[in-house]
Amino acid sequence: MRIAAGQGFWGDWLEAPYRQVTGGPIDYLMMDYLAEVTMSILQKQKSRDPASGYAKDFVPQMERILPLLVERRVKVTANAGGVNPRACAQAVAAAARQLGLGGKLRIGVVTGDDLLPRLDGLLARGHDLKNLDTGRPLREIRDRVLAANAYLGAAPLVEALRQGADIVITGRVTDTGLTLAPMVHAFGWRADDWDKLAAGTVAGHTIECGAQCSGGNCSVDWQRIPDLANVGYPIVEAHADGGFEITKHPDTGGRISVAGVTEQLVYEMGDPTTYITPDCVADFTTIRLTQAGKDRVRFAGIKGRPATNKLKVSLAYFYGYKAVGTLVYAWPDAYRKAQAADRVLRRRLHDLRLAFDAIHTEFVGADATHGSLATRATRFAELPEVQLRVAVRSREAGPVERFTREIAPLILNGPPSVTGFAGGRPKPEEIVAYWPALIDKDVVEPCVELVDV
Amino acid sequence: MTRKAAPKVLLLDLAHARSGDKGDTANVGLIALKPAYYPHLVKHVTAARVARHFRGLITGKVERYELPNLNALNFLLHGALDGGGTVSLKTDAQGKVLSTALLRMEIAAPR
Repeated sequence: MRIAAGQGFWGDWLEAPYRQVTGGPIDYLMMDYLAEVTMSILQKQKSRDPASGYAKDFVPQMERILPLLVERRVKVTANAGGVNPRACAQAVAAAARQLGLGGKLRIGVVTGDDLLPRLDGLLARGHDLKNLDTGRPLREIRDRVLAANAYLGAAPLVEALRQGADIVITGRVTDTGLTLAPMVHAFGWRADDWDKLAAGTVAGHTIECGAQCSGGNCSVDWQRIPDLANVGYPIVEAHADGGFEITKHPDTGGRISVAGVTEQLVYEMGDPTTYITPDCVADFTTIRLTQAGKDRVRFAGIKGRPATNKLKVSLAYFYGYKAVGTLVYAWPDAYRKAQAADRVLRRRLHDLRLAFDAIHTEFVGADATHGSLATRATRFAELPEVQLRVAVRSREAGPVERFTREIAPLILNGPPSVTGFAGGRPKPEEIVAYWPALIDKDVVEPCVELVDV
Repeated sequence: MTRKAAPKVLLLDLAHARSGDKGDTANVGLIALKPAYYPHLVKHVTAARVARHFRGLITGKVERYELPNLNALNFLLHGALDGGGTVSLKTDAQGKVLSTALLRMEIAAPR
């Protein structure tokens, strides 16, 4: 069984899903859309328009491939539904009917992850949803919460597939669940077959970032990774015993190697022995990798443990405002000029008595990525240019707004040989912050509905 | 008797790496370029040594996990991202290039 990754995040390559469906045989197309703060953006859209709140890009992408999906019997799992999976399903169904596919498709809709309408009830019943990182109780920010979604696992997707869904559209489902579900469905794995569930979870983790396991963002031998313009997105070839291989379509660019796959395995890793999902706990220290052929890596030996009785909840809340201003200083003495401009700017902000939580300065070209680790080794006098990048953060809009007006004056009243301001005044941005928590599994009720096109 | 300083090597020549974020914590996965280098990394690239390397750049502690099956070490750098995610004011708010920052470390050359 072949599960192809078509989208590693909302904003990933628009060509990838089409290329996965047309480049060779696949059974499933897996598309991951939801990052941690995406839900709050979608919640805001939904509050303005009750028919929105899902990943809008998904609909035209599906429109392009729907006839091919029907013809080739390729199924789709996607968490594109955001905070409104039903509306997303309706939009896809409408597109399918337009294409003359009426009667040929069944869409599964998974909901139940959205805890926002239930939040006060849950808090009243003693679910304090305290911050996993800081331990603080949710009530401190309750009035600023914009979204609250439990991470559902593979189970409701498996149920939708069992009921004959060709396309499963979900809200907040784990990235890994989107890949695991087709395996559980196809192979009939039991809900307590922890090793196999862990194997499917590892497969999901490997392909959830799209081409990041097939040559993209790969630091090993990067200059010789072939034809990234034509990069092949990853495909899992899964077996009923839990073994699987990662490969890609023939005649595509990129590379699937043990080294590259290993980079993806350690990406966003915590304790590798305890990778917790709603479906199981996977042990990444049991994975055995072998290069099984050109662009083909075999996974074996994966062990899992029973799932916990908790689900992770991702909450988003309004935090405050920030803005980033930049100017570019040219040789000679580019770095010293940028430093001088930063001192001038900070003095003016200080004199205006603006209250910021933080003012952060970076010198792009010198220290923005590696800080003092880089500046120790840099010969500053020769730098052809340095970008001064100053960012501020405040609970209030006022100081941030005033900051955005303090950048441009430096062009004429600060240090010389400065440019790069054509973009105009920086715009204050609202900060929506992330609040991770846990909740008892038994209070979250996933719901599966079917929509016949 | 003269004692020569042990020859040093850049971690870049022994390992590759990928990094990412979990809130205000960054993770750096460090992978030996050859399996033979792995024990050397285990010995020399300790949590304490990495904490020293990143001194002034992170506010929290460093934890290390071993993945001998992948010839890899996983480091958690706490307080590395100015609050992380959308709160952070850093260019690298998600710690994506802390991977190569770790590869700047110098350790004793393997024999």
